[in-house]
Amino acid sequence: MDTLSHRGRIWVLADKSGKLIEDIDTDQIYHNAFLHITDIAEMGQYALGNLEGWKDFPKKARPGDIIAAGRNFGAGSSRQQAVDCFIALKVAVLLAPSYSSIYFRNAVNSGFPILRCGELGSLAAGRKLENGDEVEVDFLSGKGFNLTKNCAFSVDPMSGVQRDIYHKGNLFAFGRSFGR
Amino acid sequence: MGKTVIEKIIQAHTSDEAAPGKIVWMDLDIRSARDFGGPNVVKNYEREYAGLPLADKAKTFFTFDLCAPACTLKYADNQQVCRDFARKYGLEVYDVDRGIGTHVLMEEGLARANGTVVGTDSHMNILGALGAFGQGMGDVDITFAFRTGRTWFEVPESVKVILKGTFKKPTSAKDLTLYLLKVLGTKKIALRSAEFTGPSVAALSLAGRLTLCSMVTEMAGIIGFIPQCGADARKEIEGYTKAPYSPFSADGDAGYAETVEVDVQDLPPQAAAPPSPTNVKPAAELRGTQIDSGFIGSCTNGRFEDFAEAARVLKGRKIKKGIMLKIVPATRRVYEELLAKGILQDLFEAGAIVVNPGCGGCAEGHVGLTGKGEVQISTGNRNFAGKQGKGQTYLAGPAVVAASCILGHIAGPEDL
Repeated sequence: MDTLSHRGRIWVLADKSGKLIEDIDTDQIYHNAFLHITDIAEMGQYALGNLEGWKDFPKKARPGDIIAAGRNFGAGSSRQQAVDCFIALKVAVLLAPSYSSIYFRNAVNSGFPILRCGELGSLAAGRKLENGDEVEVDFLSGKGFNLTKNCAFSVDPMSGVQRDIYHKGNLFAFGRSFGR
Repeated sequence: MGKTVIEKIIQAHTSDEAAPGKIVWMDLDIRSARDFGGPNVVKNYEREYAGLPLADKAKTFFTFDLCAPACTLKYADNQQVCRDFARKYGLEVYDVDRGIGTHVLMEEGLARANGTVVGTDSHMNILGALGAFGQGMGDVDITFAFRTGRTWFEVPESVKVILKGTFKKPTSAKDLTLYLLKVLGTKKIALRSAEFTGPSVAALSLAGRLTLCSMVTEMAGIIGFIPQCGADARKEIEGYTKAPYSPFSADGDAGYAETVEVDVQDLPPQAAAPPSPTNVKPAAELRGTQIDSGFIGSCTNGRFEDFAEAARVLKGRKIKKGIMLKIVPATRRVYEELLAKGILQDLFEAGAIVVNPGCGGCAEGHVGLTGKGEVQISTGNRNFAGKQGKGQTYLAGPAVVAASCILGHIAGPEDL
């Protein structure tokens, strides 16, 4: 059985007042200047490279980190690189109140844990979730816990297809599991 | 309960129940990849499915539009990777001479009412303009679609957007679209399918329908449909598909998550100021903002009618010295019509730079990039910070862009 929960350090993409940054688009996540790159290993260095205040993210990120962002994360382009750049950095989980449809699919299909968390904005604004906090999230039950702040929260559990793809690794492996 | 347009299209492509919130396995009629995403699809395919056949090569295409012809060695390599794959598997390539993929799929009659079309273009949902379910997807999805002809999809809720009232020229479909971005923002139709109705959209030409449906992406919607269709738009669509246009319409008792009314009576021209397509104001409020350059083109405003509208403003006038106006027709077919009807000559004589069909600068292609401090006014669909360079981009319709380039600052044709 694969892991169905993750514990890691969180990065909260918020402004100085603690308000989560909304509508972060794929050019801010992974700029179109690097769309020609097809090797995932090369993509990590450009993650959040066009998001003001976060351009040094690839240097700060450690494997297993969690990212929290505002609503409509991943707006804009269909580029898979905007997911792959986080996979390259071994970021483990993405949390946001909502995502662009394409971005969400791309993450699900890559077997990258992407979860909706409706109360993320109030947690961040109330300083119950800050950079560097140690956070644990269970992908199936939807239970979240901030160990640093001793505070529970909840996320939408993975849907059936998301869980199935995650279990198999990605959409390709999932397809093969039923003969496609 | 009855079904909405999106539910009917999905239902026609799945044996699962196509109800909002349900995840279904859906057949895909057309699957495509561009010079962006395409090379990643090839790489994925050769890694995951080496030696295995595609589900249907007659339904699988490459369309090169992002960097056409290649302006960097990387893009030249990437395009050739796709061509080689296409030759090996016997696929059609709409190469760098053809123009924007979504528009080419429409002109070739491949994108059809009630069909499902996917590709590596987030503006694939522009095909809602012809009653097709177009959807942009990443390279993993598209690789899987090449191989299997299917994908999973969560059936979205639908929202009905009723547009009250009418408006007159020079207000255009782009102004209507920008105004809807202001009113609907990125929340109202987010992750939903929109059905736009009312006299102002019923009257739109196909070019106007494409403008509106293209920017549903910027509203964070899944797709937008315009169930009513005027005679001109119908005729143009039928000219491409060589078949009667009979898109699904929603059942009388279809379920909508929400109904929104927007008053567009006597709407004046609009413009979106940086840094977002929803930062929309009446263009008159921005009058006087100095500009350095203009861009007319993109999937949003790259049809014949868009350039004809600009040419009506530019004909017999000159673009202000020092202002660079860039013209990028959506497709070769559009270019041909512009050439035949003398529009290119009018634009050229006014001082515009006219280049070959493609996406232009939207995704850092050839034309429409800004340097630090540069202010551009564009008919494109995105003005996010840094997207087309370090300068600032205002979004507007073709008439406003043309007038602004004559005066050197944001203006409408009435200011000339």
